[in-house]
Amino acid sequence: MTPNGASAIGTTVPEEVAFQQEVPKGEPILEVRDLVKYFPLTKGILFRKQVGAVKAVDGVSFDLMQGETLGIVGESGCGKSTLAKVLMNLEAATAGSVRYKGEEISRLVFQDPYTSLNPRMTVGDIIGEPYEIHPEVAPKGERRKAVQDLLDVVGLNPEYINRYPHQFSGGQRQRIGIARGLALKPEIIICDEPVSALDVSVQAQVINLLEQLQSEFNLSYMFIAHDLSIVRHISDRVGVMYLGKIVEIGTDLEIYDHATHPYTQALLSAVPVPDPAARADRDRIVLVGDVPSPANPPSGCRFRTRCWKAQPKCAEEVPALMARDWLRDLAVHDSACHFAAEREVDLEK
Amino acid sequence: MSSTAVDTGKPARDAPYQGPLLEVRDLHVEFKTRDGLVKAVNGVNYSVSAGETLAVLGESGSGKSVTAQAIMGILDMPPARIPQGEIRYRGQDMLTMDKESRRKIRGQKIAMIFQDALSSLNPVLTVGFQLGEMFRAHHGTSRKEAKAKAIELMDRVRIPAAKERVGDYPHQFSGGMRQRIMIAMALALEPDLIIADEPTTALDVTVQAQVMDLLAELQAEYHMGLILITHDLGVVADVADKIAVMYAGRIVETAPVHDLYARPAHPYTRGLLDSIPRLDQKGQELYAIKGLPPNLLRIPPGCAFNPRCPRAQDICRQEVPKLFQVTGPDGAELTGRQSACFFWKETLDDA
Repeated sequence: MTPNGASAIGTTVPEEVAFQQEVPKGEPILEVRDLVKYFPLTKGILFRKQVGAVKAVDGVSFDLMQGETLGIVGESGCGKSTLAKVLMNLEAATAGSVRYKGEEISRLVFQDPYTSLNPRMTVGDIIGEPYEIHPEVAPKGERRKAVQDLLDVVGLNPEYINRYPHQFSGGQRQRIGIARGLALKPEIIICDEPVSALDVSVQAQVINLLEQLQSEFNLSYMFIAHDLSIVRHISDRVGVMYLGKIVEIGTDLEIYDHATHPYTQALLSAVPVPDPAARADRDRIVLVGDVPSPANPPSGCRFRTRCWKAQPKCAEEVPALMARDWLRDLAVHDSACHFAAEREVDLEK
Repeated sequence: MSSTAVDTGKPARDAPYQGPLLEVRDLHVEFKTRDGLVKAVNGVNYSVSAGETLAVLGESGSGKSVTAQAIMGILDMPPARIPQGEIRYRGQDMLTMDKESRRKIRGQKIAMIFQDALSSLNPVLTVGFQLGEMFRAHHGTSRKEAKAKAIELMDRVRIPAAKERVGDYPHQFSGGMRQRIMIAMALALEPDLIIADEPTTALDVTVQAQVMDLLAELQAEYHMGLILITHDLGVVADVADKIAVMYAGRIVETAPVHDLYARPAHPYTRGLLDSIPRLDQKGQELYAIKGLPPNLLRIPPGCAFNPRCPRAQDICRQEVPKLFQVTGPDGAELTGRQSACFFWKETLDDA
């Protein structure tokens, strides 16, 4: 099978305020405002000067509610993984703010377990490593017990505590990553492509585990993936990213059945449906060309170079992410298109 | 685009041989490793006819790619070994024929497209040179002519501004464009059969749609056989005519595409289809096949799927099920439907 990029499950625990006051369900636990991450492009060896920037994340705002799962979808290069890294403070944001329970937080603890399962460390050491940095969560004498509990929680045999990562399969290694992510009892877990490297039959097991842990520990998830059917299954709300911006965000029903942004519509229509009977009445929008370079994105709407609806206005004005007043019912949700409209599906077909 | 090798129709194709283009019979492949003998392919049978698309569906380690590599003759031997089996191209067994005739078939008549275009293309040669190389090596075409043909091929797979880009290197193309170059390269010598090993797995969905459309269109135009190796049930549903599902080196079910999705006759296929997230299941637990795929060093006795199978009985642990012909309720054989499950009837009735 295909390792589709790196998989990672990261956890954010605000250092000073870990597991304090409970936030009622439905309140935002994480507020992200105008988050920007540029990677500078430099020229010259001795005298480096900046000649431009890769605008990986360019003004992203959203709320993550207590206990909800926010799915982020988009194609490679859209900035979804950079967004995750900035949230987990693995990359410093160029601008913007991230507020946790209403407070500005300066530092987050982050782990990137899947990619960094040290082959020379036992599973017990790997999962228990966060306790080295945060001894207040589990004092030394209780660590072994805590790690065994975590193994049990993620469905691994607690007796495996002395084994090494290579003795586990891909799906089991993903579980070890999840166990380590849970070690510090976080409230928010950011999953970046947690199942894309796994086989179909094992994917479902990991998804089920994540859902079960969510209800058990009242976790909030940010679930970043490119597989749209899995994102729909697990998410309460979904944000669609294109070239560093969120182009549309709403509940799963609003996005999947009432998308108003042309890019979302094209993306959804391109997903192969596992039903050969639907082959004839597929109404696929095949986009032309490739995603433009994020170092030099198009003016105005970034999707306009591939959009069949593009008008002169799209090149001049950046469309705001908001609900347009001509839309009705479930089409009323934030969409960054000047001409947002539901796709007209020919019902007679 | 007239007098070229690319679009001169299909004269060589109408050879007198009637029957499937390619037939794999009871193929076994094993690898010698330090830990023991890995039995990657354990008796695979399938066939493809001209114009037909066979999808070989399976998870990692199911042997789907190894079978394809055996057909293409690109297995490293040793450590690989083919202890038994036949690979028949137009009725002739490629495993027993002499080296020279085999070489003429592989590459010219059967071409392969790989998943990772970047590592399959030479990074230090221009794409034009690599495409032209096909003509120079096989037909002795001059450099200049080969370049012209390369441009034509790039046009054919709809690479914009082919003339300007023929001198570019692989890294200067996007993933989708690189995969188009791979397709162009496979098409260059007008093969009868293309084997595509996960051709779109590394691509984004919108690009995947473009590439699959192109492949299907070219296949219809040249009336080629296509073996599509994939793990993606969505892609299979979109393009396949018939499907062979593989598990632990064996084919566990074969069926025409509509039948397989509507009524699977093997519990493994059933499990795969059930684990796709469906709309009406939102908020519920996904169906998951329990356990893990077997270690090929220690394939369980009997049916390889038995430790994970919800239907497993004693017989499944003792006896290896052969591929049973699947019949309808009236006892009539269902064409192309076979299942390697002792309880195929029950599985079928359940669906």
